[in-house]
Amino acid sequence: MKIQLRINGRTKESDVEPRKLLAYYLREDLGLTGTHIGCDTTNCGACTVLLDGKAVKSCTVLAVQADGCDVMTVEGLEGEDGLHPLQTAFWEEHGLQCGYCTPGVLMSGYALLQSNPQPSEAEIRSGISGNVCRCTGYVNIVKAIRSASAKLAGAADDTPSESAKEVAASGKKSD
Amino acid sequence: MFPNSFEYMAPTTLAEAVELMQRHEYDAKVLSGGQSLLPMMKLRMAAPPILIDINSIDELRGWKEESGFLRIGALTRHSELENAVELRDRYPLLAETAVWIADPLVRNRGTIGGSLAHADPASDWGAAMLALHARVEGIGSGGERQIPMDDFFVDTFTTALEETEIATAVLVPKPAGRTAGRYLKIERKAGDFAIAGLAIHVVLASDGTVAEAGFGICACGPVPLRGKRAEEYLLGKKLTPETIDDVSRMVPEDADPEDDLRGSAAYKRDVLRVFAERGLSDIAKELQGEGVVG
Amino acid sequence: MAKSQTELRPLGKSVGRKEDPRFIRGMGRYIDDIVLPGMLYMSLVRSPYAHARIKHVDPSAALEAPGVKLVITGEDLAAMDLAWMPTMAGDKQMVLATGKVLYQYQEVAAVIAESREQAEDAAQLVDVEYEPLPAVVDPIQSLDPDAPVLREDREKKSNHIFHWEAGDKEATEELFRNAPVVVKQNVRFPRVHPSPLEPCGCVADYQSSTGKLTWYVTSQAPHAHRTVLSMVSGLPEHQIRVISPDVGGGFGNKVPVYPGYVCAIVASLKLGRPVKWIESRTENISSTGFARDYHMTAEIAAEEDGRVLALRVKTIADHGAFDAAADPSKFPAGLFSIVTGSYDFKESFVEVDGAYTNKAPGGIAYRCSFRVTEAAYLIERVMDVLARRVGVDPAELRKRDFIRKEQFPYQSPTGWTYDSGDYEKTLDLALEKIGYEELRKEQAEKRARGELMGIGISTFTEVVGAGPSHTFDIMGIKMFDSAQIRLHPTGKVLARLGVRHQGQGHETTFAQIIAEELGLSTEDVLIEEGDTDTAPYGLGTYASRSTPTAGGAAALCGRRIRDKAKKIASHLLEAGEDDVVWDGVSFSAKGLPDKSVTMKDIAFAAYTNVPEGMEPGLEATYYYDPPNLTFPHGAYIAVVDIDKGTGAVKVRRFLAVDDCGNVINPMIVDGQVHGGLTEGFAIAFMQDIPFDEDGNCLAPNWMDYLVPTALDTPHWETDRTVTPSPHHPIGAKGVGESPNVGSPAAFVNAVVDALAPLGVEHIDMPIFPWKVWEVLREHGVNK
Repeated sequence: MKIQLRINGRTKESDVEPRKLLAYYLREDLGLTGTHIGCDTTNCGACTVLLDGKAVKSCTVLAVQADGCDVMTVEGLEGEDGLHPLQTAFWEEHGLQCGYCTPGVLMSGYALLQSNPQPSEAEIRSGISGNVCRCTGYVNIVKAIRSASAKLAGAADDTPSESAKEVAASGKKSD
Repeated sequence: MFPNSFEYMAPTTLAEAVELMQRHEYDAKVLSGGQSLLPMMKLRMAAPPILIDINSIDELRGWKEESGFLRIGALTRHSELENAVELRDRYPLLAETAVWIADPLVRNRGTIGGSLAHADPASDWGAAMLALHARVEGIGSGGERQIPMDDFFVDTFTTALEETEIATAVLVPKPAGRTAGRYLKIERKAGDFAIAGLAIHVVLASDGTVAEAGFGICACGPVPLRGKRAEEYLLGKKLTPETIDDVSRMVPEDADPEDDLRGSAAYKRDVLRVFAERGLSDIAKELQGEGVVG
Repeated sequence: MAKSQTELRPLGKSVGRKEDPRFIRGMGRYIDDIVLPGMLYMSLVRSPYAHARIKHVDPSAALEAPGVKLVITGEDLAAMDLAWMPTMAGDKQMVLATGKVLYQYQEVAAVIAESREQAEDAAQLVDVEYEPLPAVVDPIQSLDPDAPVLREDREKKSNHIFHWEAGDKEATEELFRNAPVVVKQNVRFPRVHPSPLEPCGCVADYQSSTGKLTWYVTSQAPHAHRTVLSMVSGLPEHQIRVISPDVGGGFGNKVPVYPGYVCAIVASLKLGRPVKWIESRTENISSTGFARDYHMTAEIAAEEDGRVLALRVKTIADHGAFDAAADPSKFPAGLFSIVTGSYDFKESFVEVDGAYTNKAPGGIAYRCSFRVTEAAYLIERVMDVLARRVGVDPAELRKRDFIRKEQFPYQSPTGWTYDSGDYEKTLDLALEKIGYEELRKEQAEKRARGELMGIGISTFTEVVGAGPSHTFDIMGIKMFDSAQIRLHPTGKVLARLGVRHQGQGHETTFAQIIAEELGLSTEDVLIEEGDTDTAPYGLGTYASRSTPTAGGAAALCGRRIRDKAKKIASHLLEAGEDDVVWDGVSFSAKGLPDKSVTMKDIAFAAYTNVPEGMEPGLEATYYYDPPNLTFPHGAYIAVVDIDKGTGAVKVRRFLAVDDCGNVINPMIVDGQVHGGLTEGFAIAFMQDIPFDEDGNCLAPNWMDYLVPTALDTPHWETDRTVTPSPHHPIGAKGVGESPNVGSPAAFVNAVVDALAPLGVEHIDMPIFPWKVWEVLREHGVNK
């Protein structure tokens, strides 16, 4: 089936089998391998993307269902100015270890901050409860999302830390 | 893991969908939110030859109050009801229940119509809609019809909808007074199906007596169940500690749980009793104010 | 907040991780991200029965399905002498079943096709006829002489795998005979699974033109895998290149070689094309290495004041259908004899018997140094039973029985030499920080009101860092590890190690160690692991061994570089070598501190201006064989409240005070502790893999094998004391596993403490709400 959709701001047209899951379409047809697969039963959230602005599990949506939709993946977080503050915060606060859940958690965190820019710890924990992390115990993920929230609100310390500067310096897009 | 191959159809009108269901009968399966169906297809526990995706049918979206009911379109996502501020006063049980369904990602995709039509014994919406004495509206070859919740769940994963019928909406009666609702659920972990769940709906008359009472039970039987004994007993009474104690003992009598990995039948029954007691006490405080009780 | 990577003297600082930029961009390269030209996909046919004879396997329908290139059956492998493969535990394991299947989900055939979908579709078409046999599920019944013999391939006609013991039986019995107090407790450690978020998988790429096999595999031990593969397949070892790309978590699950790996390699050899096999979550849980499943009985002999005398332990270990335990070869029960823990037992006698059952093979070390979790849980649990029996507060009892700091190095009754520790200091810090006395007061008040609140302590000792080569080997290969450091002319460093990280942060922590030794910054050092063609040989990352072994190698390799650098410095400074001093960032001549040369100057000189007669270049390799293991310890305290109505347990607070010796990167250490506590929490409260009487696995995916979310997980508090390891080159001990080893007992002890007024002495994990409710009901609390 022919589908047309916008992925990270760019229009893509593809011909896909109806049974192809959105996650596999992103990974295999488009080479966007930041979206990961961690389970068969819609439990882990490693495949989280934004579908028309809503965070969903892309392993439980057919690619044909995304026809005409706007999809944002982890690869779409980084802007012309470098890393998104949420990405920087995950780096600074050690919000990741093996990195496999990270893209999904970032997308859930991004969606959460879109709808609730100043979430409490409880709201963050609830907001990312569709994403399983086996490494971090969530403490630093929560910290990172709070830090990103503060950054985005401009409430962060005006003088960026050394590591934040490094992040900014290395955060330029290479393409 | 991938589903078996299937033919995919995405009608944009209800009429078109009904026509497709007619044509393909048993081969066709409706795809709504897909949060239960697609995992079952991936595990190859379900392998429908044809999927009829109703997500493009705008007439199935949204809600409005009409002729004594709140009519909630079948395609309404759980998260929409979780966040519908305008429904909180009159239909508090909707948001109370929605927030307990799976996780935020599933709630962004899953729909109320799909959830009810799936007829899982642990359906959170099943319990809530039983408590609200709702009806499911379906459409098929014989046109539209309304099915009272009491008749809707036939057996595990089986509803009163014909193979060729599509659930189009849920009709929740407008409350006739001050309303409160609670959904109490215990899980093995966040986002899990319930060990036991209890939805409670109470409307008070102006004299402070119970004008409407609804109890819906999930994960404690082959289908979600209604706590009829408790409802009948509560009508016309005030929410005193004694009444609440009596009612909470009646709720488990309408449950039919089994021993399984989530706990024994005796445990689940007792949790329902505890939930009824806690939920009603909370509702009493909310509707009658602190200190009024007793 | 992370510190800059450009700081000099980075050891001990919370330097931001070097691996993160690719991960936060979604640019990590995990096994399923590897795509090669002409790549085929493999799917496995698995048994629906736990125990059945295979009447026949007919692949013909599958072979005719679209895209199918090959179907491999057990008979095909038998013809190649590959139907069985050795396990690390000295047993053997079927690759594809021949004759009969021994567990549900066992591998029966492999289907290789042009696409994933085609392979999976065709796998459904392989026709296998089974004749079901009665399943043996319970390991205790399995050891009954009348039980059906599961393993017909073995000479020994019973389901008994091994008997292992440690300690002095007679001396222990003697102490028990005369002891004033004896307590006894049966304790089960459930069958759990590491369940890393990324399941297992590989891409096998055999090039017939060169005869070289490149095997991409999500592996914690790529070098060991290469050697095993060479031994099993007969391929020359230099013609095998194992590449372990970014690993999405391991926790012990990615140490063994699995049947799917062998099938993918055979398929690539046969077809001359790359073959990818990525298992599903269901396959991961149902067939790959599980952990624990120990049925233990412990007895403590003690004085009336609770001073311990002797410990006696008997254990039945359920290994499933094949003993695929990932233990050092001489240790069929791993390091379980560390079970005397932090306490000064005079004698101890420990026995373990292994049993076969109709379950998936395993007994791997899940975030644990080979059965140390079972041991720590058992002793910490039973010490609480003793405390209750003699009427002494569990904190006080532990203090009475601790090995004192002046006793180190301490010789344990089962033969271990503990390197260092200060148990009392660690516990005191934990008690003070959590406010133990106030909590006990609060508990007393709550008890008076009928509320259930519990405080649980665990003061565990671990044994990690295998290990000294005189004792530890895997299939004969000694368990040293290695580092190789190369300084480029501009002073930048490429370092490679024999271990393979899976999230532990080696690209940062090992860069810190090397930078510290060389006077450079973390930014100057690039760490590479996981490619057997480039990295020096090592046994891999598990059992908290990376820092104790490869970390030691990295430090000593850096010092080896510095030795040569000193000679070059002497040449550059025109001073005698004995007059050259190192201040941590540069060399200078004694008395002339103004004139100095840094490692960057020296690196440049090593390629441009070496003293006459000296070999140019600046690189070194170090194989480090540690003199002993390291013994991290900790004091953990859990505070729980129990809902009497539902039996639900809420962990209100949890404090972990760890002592892992000198710390390389505090931020990473805290992160490791957070993660390990979360896994320990899950084990205590929600994880088990149950089977029905027919051997059907009842928790084969994440619907029923439960992994905690952020909503379930408590907020963790951490602190630490520092007792350096006296023998480790930088005094470090390893930390990744302590929280998983030490925490389950703290959780369970807290729940039992809450229920203690009812006379409860023990409750088995996982503590689901219904279990607590049953206990309350039994004691008439919740009528």
